[in-house]
Amino acid sequence: MDELVLMKGNEAVGEAAIRAGCRFFFGYPITPQNEIPEYMSRRLPEVGGVFVQAESELAAINMVYGCAAAGARAMTSSSSPGISLKQEGISYLCGSELPALIVNMIRGGPGLGTIQPAQSDYFQAVKGGGHGDYRVLVYGPASVQEMVDLTYLAVGRADHYRNPVLVLGDGILGQMMEPVRFPAAVDPAGLPEKPWATNGRRGGPKRLLNSLYLEPEKCEDHNRELQAKYCEMAATEKRWETVATEDAELVVVAYGTTARICRTGLEGLRERGVPVGLFRPISLWPFPDEALDALIEGGKVRSLLAVEMSAGQMVEDVRLAARGRVPVHFYGRAGGMVPQPEEIQEHVRALLEGGAANAGGL
Amino acid sequence: MRVAFERPSALADIPTHYCPGCTHGIAHRLVAETLEELKVFDRAVGIAPVGCSVLAYNYFDCDMVQAAHGRAPAVATGLKRARPDAVVFTYQGDGDLASIGMAELVHAAARGECITVVFINNAIYGMTGGQMAPTTLLGQHTSTSPAGREPGREGFPIRVCELLERVRGVAYLARIPLTSPANVARARSSVRKAFQTQLEGKGFALVELLSSCPTGWGMPPREALRWVDEVMTEYYPPGEFRTEPGDPGGGPAGKRGSQP
Repeated sequence: MDELVLMKGNEAVGEAAIRAGCRFFFGYPITPQNEIPEYMSRRLPEVGGVFVQAESELAAINMVYGCAAAGARAMTSSSSPGISLKQEGISYLCGSELPALIVNMIRGGPGLGTIQPAQSDYFQAVKGGGHGDYRVLVYGPASVQEMVDLTYLAVGRADHYRNPVLVLGDGILGQMMEPVRFPAAVDPAGLPEKPWATNGRRGGPKRLLNSLYLEPEKCEDHNRELQAKYCEMAATEKRWETVATEDAELVVVAYGTTARICRTGLEGLRERGVPVGLFRPISLWPFPDEALDALIEGGKVRSLLAVEMSAGQMVEDVRLAARGRVPVHFYGRAGGMVPQPEEIQEHVRALLEGGAANAGGL
Repeated sequence: MRVAFERPSALADIPTHYCPGCTHGIAHRLVAETLEELKVFDRAVGIAPVGCSVLAYNYFDCDMVQAAHGRAPAVATGLKRARPDAVVFTYQGDGDLASIGMAELVHAAARGECITVVFINNAIYGMTGGQMAPTTLLGQHTSTSPAGREPGREGFPIRVCELLERVRGVAYLARIPLTSPANVARARSSVRKAFQTQLEGKGFALVELLSSCPTGWGMPPREALRWVDEVMTEYYPPGEFRTEPGDPGGGPAGKRGSQP
């Protein structure tokens, strides 16, 4: 472990990827993640890596596709409108089973929206924003340190599964500075060979990276293989954190920046003896449904409150996990607005007092 | 017994799906022979497009990657940047390269990526059933320009070589029709130069091969070849447009193609 350094989230993500052995970055400028390409453009040449500013997000994700095809650890980053453009490439990466690190520092939408933070790309990230039956691992960090750790993890998981992994941050996580410690650096030269990589036969058998199967039987077989991989991910990759849920009657479910704000609000309520806890999904796909299920089965929880910087997206996964056993309420801010701890407190109090809580909308 | 003619080993020993009279087979052969002659087959990686030649990944026996529609130059960029010792080529049709993939093409050229682009221009979308291409000629009837391409309605066909001629970063640029033994010999020479340009690290290289599509054009194969020679070359003059890297300058374009 290195020493503690103060670093901006966007730059820390870049450094974490480099520590994980990523030497190739392809991206296109968009606020609020510009410090990632900027950092990579000066840092990668220092470690023998390559930075290319692509002509578009479409080109960037396809450069990642080509780079990953050659067997290298590659990444791209963007923010919401740019991530929409990358969906084609993400579908192809999944179809051809190529690893990649993709970072989305979400901003409010739809359309150009705003440059302020949001969590309104949850559906796009976890339900598959591109075409076809595919899944990507999605991590939702709540601090710069966790973003570093999950980015580092993501690069390895991507190679392990031969599948893209998405780190879902937001404008706040990208822009704020926090002390971080970086994990040990991985030397890309020491990584295992990828026998499937297309970098010239060099005396070996022909390799083909492809997502086209004109015969439907073969395409279904291919889909079955992909689904088996996603099942394995769902069985082994769930991550979450619980805070003060042991005796909580109301559990707030929130991820990323919002979870952090909720935690501050809930600590204030706990000090006043209000029985509230926090369930924080860390892996957003796979969603940690069994852990939430166990919490409900524990019998103390009487209701859940999903809080998001969106009009209500993750709340659907919370409802699926709750299976109607306890009411699931929602509180959200949208369009780049960030909820304050006091708003969460007020909402929780109203719910516990049986007030007419907001059941759905913003 | 002396073998006078055989399949290049860089082509897989399987039948292709191409229509009778289509010139994709010749183009494949020229690329395969070049990979052998330059002794780079073992480090070659081809990028297949979307279109009639999507299955090129089955026919070329080197490592192959299939790309999304139009994105082959971006995929080639990522691959070549990761493995500069690989010999990377894209094989793209006119819809893939000059319509949906125009941005990827022009920017890969402007970056001077050391890749080789083999561009098949047959002025039509073959795979999807004969729709209008960016290179469909004025007056040409297709399934989406049924009254014939009319500039006020469908716009003008794009001349890719003339466009790229002014792009700094391009080191080799040529257009050859695949219509006669003499022209095929010229095309062979150009394909070879386009790969040599990459091997010498000079920059971006593209060969446009004017090709026939008897099925899409509704013509017998011989008539289709004649149409390439007599009609297509009028709008798409053959020749070498660039043979060296360098600044093509910003003034009015006066230079036209010249026979290699």
